[in-house]
Amino acid sequence: MTDRLPLHNRVALLMALAVAVAALALPFLGFAPNRLLSGRPVPLWPALQGLDGVAVLLPGLVLLTAPFLRPTRAGLGLTIAAGGLFTTGLVWLAGAQAASLAQGASAAARTSFASGFWVMAAAGLLTAIDAARRLGLGAVGRLAVGGAVAGLVALQLASGHLDALSILKEYANRREVFADAVLRHATLVVAALIPTLLVGIPLGVAAHRVQAVGRAVFPVLNVVQTVPSIALFGLLMAPLAALGALLPGSGISGVGPLPAVIALTLYSLLPIVRNTAVGLDGVPSPVREAARGMGLTPRQVFLRVDLPLALPVFLSGLRITVVQAVGLAAVAALIGAGGLGAIMFQGLFANALDLVLLGAVPVILLAVAADALLSIGIAAATHRIGVLPGRSAP
Amino acid sequence: MTGAGMAPRELLTDRLMLGLVALVALVLGMPSLKPLFATLFPRLDRPLYEAESFVSLTLDHMALVGLSSLAAILLGGGAGIAVTRPWGREFRGLLETVATMGQTFPPVAVLALAVPVMGFGAEPALIALTLYALLPVVENTVAGLDGVPAAVLDSARGLGMGPAAVLFRVELPLAAPVILAGIRTAVIINVGTAAIASTVGAKTLGLPIIVGLNGSNQAYVIQGALIVAALAVVIDAGFDRLAGWLTRWSQR
Repeated sequence: MTDRLPLHNRVALLMALAVAVAALALPFLGFAPNRLLSGRPVPLWPALQGLDGVAVLLPGLVLLTAPFLRPTRAGLGLTIAAGGLFTTGLVWLAGAQAASLAQGASAAARTSFASGFWVMAAAGLLTAIDAARRLGLGAVGRLAVGGAVAGLVALQLASGHLDALSILKEYANRREVFADAVLRHATLVVAALIPTLLVGIPLGVAAHRVQAVGRAVFPVLNVVQTVPSIALFGLLMAPLAALGALLPGSGISGVGPLPAVIALTLYSLLPIVRNTAVGLDGVPSPVREAARGMGLTPRQVFLRVDLPLALPVFLSGLRITVVQAVGLAAVAALIGAGGLGAIMFQGLFANALDLVLLGAVPVILLAVAADALLSIGIAAATHRIGVLPGRSAP
Repeated sequence: MTGAGMAPRELLTDRLMLGLVALVALVLGMPSLKPLFATLFPRLDRPLYEAESFVSLTLDHMALVGLSSLAAILLGGGAGIAVTRPWGREFRGLLETVATMGQTFPPVAVLALAVPVMGFGAEPALIALTLYALLPVVENTVAGLDGVPAAVLDSARGLGMGPAAVLFRVELPLAAPVILAGIRTAVIINVGTAAIASTVGAKTLGLPIIVGLNGSNQAYVIQGALIVAALAVVIDAGFDRLAGWLTRWSQR
């Protein structure tokens, strides 16, 4: 036994300290008689005494020892498991607490997550993510860790264990509105993506082949990207409303999904055009010449050489576009386009904070999920072409 | 193309000058456009947003963006410097992960989440904007400091420079263009997010837009949108100019 504990992981130490401070000093949950009143704080300690507390206590204790674990496969694997299970355990405990607080309270009573929950959940996740990186897990491996945590939370959601929490009460009140909003949100993004790809890819190819095209197109798209979304939505309203008045029966209107899709398309073009052009620019000319030397026609060279080699860069452009469009579609709710932003802003305007969460959290989850899926696609496309000399991975 | 030696012709095609003139004209002259808006929208009782002056809204907007960006530059730059020092290297992966993951969160959602945590008003907006602006600043500070060639660092140390002198006289000047690009991204995002911050109780140029959208007053929407768009374009053009100067200065 040495005098001092051997410190192996200072990141885990910082996170363990954050967990300790949050557990002692910050409220775990907030309990309010109804959704308009602010809640009284519910600390973590009393909640830990029951059987449900084990879900947090057990991984929590391992998490506190994580800074001193050797950075071996076993040590880091244990840290990943402890961090992930600690976060899902917090969710479980919050659900159980909310259910017990709901007993004997009116149906309007609300239990919501408080700052202590958020700090501890984030610390648990970050410990796991950092340990996964130390273990040398690639993008896909880290996504698997994140997917496992998301899966455990999804199971709790599906089982009804979390139903007494305020965000789910809010959901239960507007199940259909919520489902419609998610669908509408995704539809807006896809509806903008189709014209973006149809126009953006040919434009990117043209910018790669003819320099003058790039010089003409990029400054315009850059300025569009600079204009704040809410301003672009606003500026599109009047011309479209005027057009709708000129063409009665055309269905054109200054509010609703049409201006939203037009604005989303304008924003989405830049990453697609730029990355199509940059991806093609990055194809080494010896490779192209070798393909021509083998007797491939220009069309075959484009389809079999240029396209697969430019694909990873193109996909990173698509990733930027989709993640950006998910966020912009939320702003589009302000001009009546619907989607999850409508729920979020309805909550903000009515001072209903659980409603804000019900809108904002799924927007973030959608963006993160789109990012994760496209990351896997980029990893696969990069893996397929291998590493070319003189060309760094995107 | 510096301001002093500019020919009249260049002055006319200069994006920064044109934008600045347009912005000032819009902010100061919007009240005199009232007859125009009254003609364009004859059905509106109030064709001009007059609850607050556009001058004060513009100043509030710029203060919110300026303060949050300044805080993000100090905190994000500091964190970026810390994780590229030997003693902070262990936290680098964590910081990069947070910066990359955080940037997939839509700014409007981050802004909305500030309300359940901190309530309504300018302060939660300031904190949300600061947090969001941190990410590109951190990312580019780390990337910029990383891009300084090891040979340059070695020769600076060989000349007898201490760690602080190497940082301030060699690393930061060489990394400045990349760091500035991160600051530019952060500020441009913040100009747009600050406009949306009117929905969480901050008084910014987004207020006429939000009030106009909720009250079906298209004139208000156009007035707010024109000024905030001009502001964003001017700030972007200003960064363009700054980046040009910086590149020339660091190449000297």
